[in-house]
Amino acid sequence: MISRAGNAATELLRVDPIACDGRGLCAEMLPELITPDDWGFPIIRDDAVPAHLLGDARATIRACPKLALWLEHRRGGSRVSRRPALGAASGTGAGRQGRLT
Amino acid sequence: MRSADCAWRDTGLAGVRVPGGLPRLLPAGFTAGPVGLAGHLTRYGPLPSPGPGERHREALIEEVRRAGLTGRGGAAFPTARKLAVVAAGHDPVVVANGTEGEPASSKDKVLLARSPHLVLDGAVLAAEMVRARQAVIVAHHSVREIVDDAAAERTRAGCDRVRIRVITAADRFVGGEASAVVRWIERGIPAPMVTPPRLAQRGLGGAPTLVQNVETLAHLALIARYGASWFRSVGTLQEPGSMLVTILGAVRQPCVHEIAIGTPIGEVLGLAGGPSAPLQALLIGGYFGNWVDTVKAARLPFSSAGLEGLGAGVGAGLIAALPADVCGLRETARVARYLADQSAGQCGPCLFGLDAVADGVERLAGGRTSDLSPLRRCLDQVDGRGACSHPDGAARLVRSALDLFGPELEQHAHGWCCGTGSVLPVPQRRRP
Repeated sequence: MISRAGNAATELLRVDPIACDGRGLCAEMLPELITPDDWGFPIIRDDAVPAHLLGDARATIRACPKLALWLEHRRGGSRVSRRPALGAASGTGAGRQGRLT
Repeated sequence: MRSADCAWRDTGLAGVRVPGGLPRLLPAGFTAGPVGLAGHLTRYGPLPSPGPGERHREALIEEVRRAGLTGRGGAAFPTARKLAVVAAGHDPVVVANGTEGEPASSKDKVLLARSPHLVLDGAVLAAEMVRARQAVIVAHHSVREIVDDAAAERTRAGCDRVRIRVITAADRFVGGEASAVVRWIERGIPAPMVTPPRLAQRGLGGAPTLVQNVETLAHLALIARYGASWFRSVGTLQEPGSMLVTILGAVRQPCVHEIAIGTPIGEVLGLAGGPSAPLQALLIGGYFGNWVDTVKAARLPFSSAGLEGLGAGVGAGLIAALPADVCGLRETARVARYLADQSAGQCGPCLFGLDAVADGVERLAGGRTSDLSPLRRCLDQVDGRGACSHPDGAARLVRSALDLFGPELEQHAHGWCCGTGSVLPVPQRRRP
């Protein structure tokens, strides 16, 4: 298959500042992208996740005890949020961040 | 009197008296109480309905776009764009935001207290434009009764097809942020929520929600009556129309005035009777705004484009005059502490960061240090790190204070300060 160059998708690492409690796991697991601030909350230095760090980023997202991290998928101008709460309208426990709940 | 070219209605506006000049929103001259429904209709004429058809509603949104109306709550977002997004959703709700949590600002309270029917007109019209069945008016507690009376008057007259519900606003600085208003109505918690989802897609009860500042809605009610060209006949090309401004501090008559956007700042101060003492600086835009040099600012137009050179913007339309005998650093320290206390406490960088920022400004103002680097470090760590822009706004104010009053830091470190009085209103801390 020919790769779809020019229509490159980007995964952006996002943090929900309300959900985040500053536990600090993410900064330890993904120091390439995340630094803790003076109070222990994550600063995402470069939100576009390079391809070679995608696996680590996903592991970090799974490890967050507050489910405060997620990847936003951007292709061209459009954005698709892969936040569990938003995907599942009638959803499972992940719906806690949705506005309906 | 010419008739407005009101493209959104096929019927035209023959016979409608088009008011010229200012004020547009507030009653001209002194009135003892709020303008009643009869007086309101005499002055402005009946509120036109956007009509039942999709085409008419779209034409009215297009008219608002041509008018160039932007949100008057401080963010200046194009109103037509918000209307279009909400109109595309299913079963939306309209919220008129009269929270005005900013302690220095009074323009929304004054508008609701004097022209409540114009705001209700705008809320009803916006609801009809997006096909909402309900408009929620969130009014500051000081004007709640006036809005209740106005809503009851309309119910008796039977003039609205939309249900109006009035609730008292949360008395808290962040309570006016759009998502905080929605959460306040829904659950009684005046704290912002995370975006996405945007309120226009999913807000009150999960419904698409149009949250507009009350002044924006008042302008909307007039654009529907007199058209975009009338609206644009005052103001600047980029920022058309008029706006309400709160003028306070060292002026002879602190007041709320309606000005054409782009009126020179010196002239705006004149509307409040001019300075009551020699001035050293102006706070422009509000507690999320900027300190600017009086001499540099006086000739500039009060518009975001005009103030861009000073790094400032009109914000929610506030000008506070700082006299020469009140210390700008101390004032900033008081406001910074207030803003830190007013954090909703949800986001770590805001809760801890603004406390550290306030601490840093207090140390500088108190002459305990003249080293800026710890404060700068904190400021750089709070920008863009909250769910809302509360930390960004506070950081903006403090940065502008450091830029303008920076030369005084050395004097403070040597125990000298230009004054101990205060002009900016900061509510007392309340401990539960």
